[in-house]
Amino acid sequence: MTPAPPPARAARATLGVLALQGDFAEHVAALEACGATAIEVRTRAQLEAVDGLIIPGGESTTIARLLLAFELMEPLRARIAGGLPVWGTCAGAIMLANEVTNLDRPPIAAMDITVERNAFGRQIDSFEADLDIAGIAGAPFHAVFIRAPVITRTGAGVQVLARLTDGRIVAARQGRLLATAFHPELTDDRRVHALFVAIVEEAVEHAAAPAEGRRA
Amino acid sequence: MTTNRTPNVSSNGTTHGGTATWTVKAGLAQMLKGGVIMDVVTAEHAEVAQEAGACAVMALERVPSDIRAAGGVARMSHVKMIKEIQAAVSIPVMAKARIGHFVEAQILEAIGVDYIDESEVLTPADDVHHIDKHAFAVPFVCGCRNLGEALRRISEGAAMIRTKGEAGTGDIVEAVRHMRAVWGDIRDIQGMRDDELYVVAKEMQVPVELVREVKRLGKLPVVNFSAGGVASPADAALMMQLGAEGVFVGSGIFKSGAEFDDGTAAGRKKQLAAQRAMATAIVKAVTHFNDPQILAEVSMSIPDSMRGQSVAQMPAAELLAGRGN
Repeated sequence: MTPAPPPARAARATLGVLALQGDFAEHVAALEACGATAIEVRTRAQLEAVDGLIIPGGESTTIARLLLAFELMEPLRARIAGGLPVWGTCAGAIMLANEVTNLDRPPIAAMDITVERNAFGRQIDSFEADLDIAGIAGAPFHAVFIRAPVITRTGAGVQVLARLTDGRIVAARQGRLLATAFHPELTDDRRVHALFVAIVEEAVEHAAAPAEGRRA
Repeated sequence: MTTNRTPNVSSNGTTHGGTATWTVKAGLAQMLKGGVIMDVVTAEHAEVAQEAGACAVMALERVPSDIRAAGGVARMSHVKMIKEIQAAVSIPVMAKARIGHFVEAQILEAIGVDYIDESEVLTPADDVHHIDKHAFAVPFVCGCRNLGEALRRISEGAAMIRTKGEAGTGDIVEAVRHMRAVWGDIRDIQGMRDDELYVVAKEMQVPVELVREVKRLGKLPVVNFSAGGVASPADAALMMQLGAEGVFVGSGIFKSGAEFDDGTAAGRKKQLAAQRAMATAIVKAVTHFNDPQILAEVSMSIPDSMRGQSVAQMPAAELLAGRGN
C-alpha cells in the first residue's frame, strides 16, 4: 500500500454513497472535500453508475431491510464480485462482514471477517480515541465510535489496519474492500476518504487498461 | 450502566477524547438520519417497529393520542417497561422525561437509555427551567417551534432537535408550520450582516455564537427531525421535503388500521398486521421522499391512517406545543 494517499486527481471516478438511511450526507461532503465526484445511491440504476461505494453509518437493521426491500442486495453483491471497491463505516462495516453477531437479516457477506454489533454497549459507552492506521501517514487518526461494532475475526486474506489499545480490531482491508468500526465522516480528517478514493481510482485505471497493458 | 464519567463538553464545540463528548452525543443523531423513530408502548410494539425498519424506538407509557384522551398527569414511563423494550430490540431505545424533571432524566440515564426526549408531550415538571442537559452523559433531544427555541435548547445541551408539531392529533399542519418557521428563521439569518446577529441573539435570548454558527452552516448545528402529526407515508415525505432529516412517528402507526379492530382477537391481529404495513411504508417513504413513483407504490399497501383531530378546531388549552418555550 502507498504510505500517504495522494489527493484525488481530477475527477474521473464517480463515487457513490448508499443513501437508504444514515449519515450519507457527511460522506458525500467528505468525498467532495477530497476532490472526488460523489452521488447518493438509492436505486439500482444509481448503483450501476458508480465506480466505488461507501456504506455509511446508520442502523444496520434498517439498512439491511431496505437493501432487501428495494432489491439492491443481489445487484450489490454482483458488483462487489465484479471488483467494485466498497468501504463500510460502522453499520456499513457490519453489512460487509461474512458473519455478524446479533443481526436479524443476512449481511452482504463480502469480507471474510466476523463483526460484533454494539460491542461496547449502549450510547453512554460511545467514545473517541486516537488510532494508528496502517497506510495512513502522519499523526494518529482521531476516531469517533458510536454504538460501535468490533471485528472479532479476520480471515486469511484480510489485513488488519487498526486496533484499539486493548487489541480489538477496528479497521481492516481485503483487496478493494475496507471496513472501519468508526466514523471518519464525522471529523475533518479526510485521510481515510482519500485512501478510499485512491483505491477506487486505481480500480478504474486498472479496468480501463488493456488486458496486458500498463499497470495503474 | 452509568459511571462517574466527567462529561467533557465545551459549549457545543468539538471536544477531545473519552466518552460522553459532544461529538459522540451529537454523532448518534447523525446515525439516525434518514430514518424513522417510532413511539412504542410495549415490547411487542418495539419488535414491530424494529421489524419494519425503525432506526430507533421511543419508549413511552401511552402514545400521545391516548395521553390526550386519558388526561391527568403524564410522567416518565415505568422503568420496568423501558427495560423490557431494551431487551426486545437491538436498535437505540429513547425515552421521554418531563420538561425540567432532571431526576426522571437521571433514572433514564441510569438504566442506559440511548437518548432522552425532554418532551412537551408529558406534563411539564418545571414551568420555568429546562434540564441542564450538559450535566448528563446520555444525549438529549428537545422540541422546538422556531429557531429561537431550538437554539435555547441547544445552549442547554440538547444534541438533537425535533420540531414539535402537535403530538397525538394526526394533523400535520403544526409540524409543517414549525419546520417552515425554523428554516425561514435560518434563511433570514443567512441574509444578514454579521453586525446584525447581536440583535437576533438578544431577541432569541440565545448566545450570539450559536447564531453565528447557524449563519455559517446554513442549518441547525445539530440534527433536526420532524415530530407531531405524521400519520401517513405522504406526511413523512412532506416533512423530509420541507427539510427534516428524519421523522418521529407517534400515534400515526399504532393508532392506524382502526377499521380492522372489531373487538375480537382476530380483528386485533389484523390491525397489528396493518400497523406493520403502515410502519414499513413510512420507513420506505422517508428513504425515497423525493420519488413520487415509489411513494405511490408504498402507499398502495397501507391501512387507514388514524382518524385524528384537526388542530384548528381544538381549544388552545389542549395544545401541547406551547409547553416549554
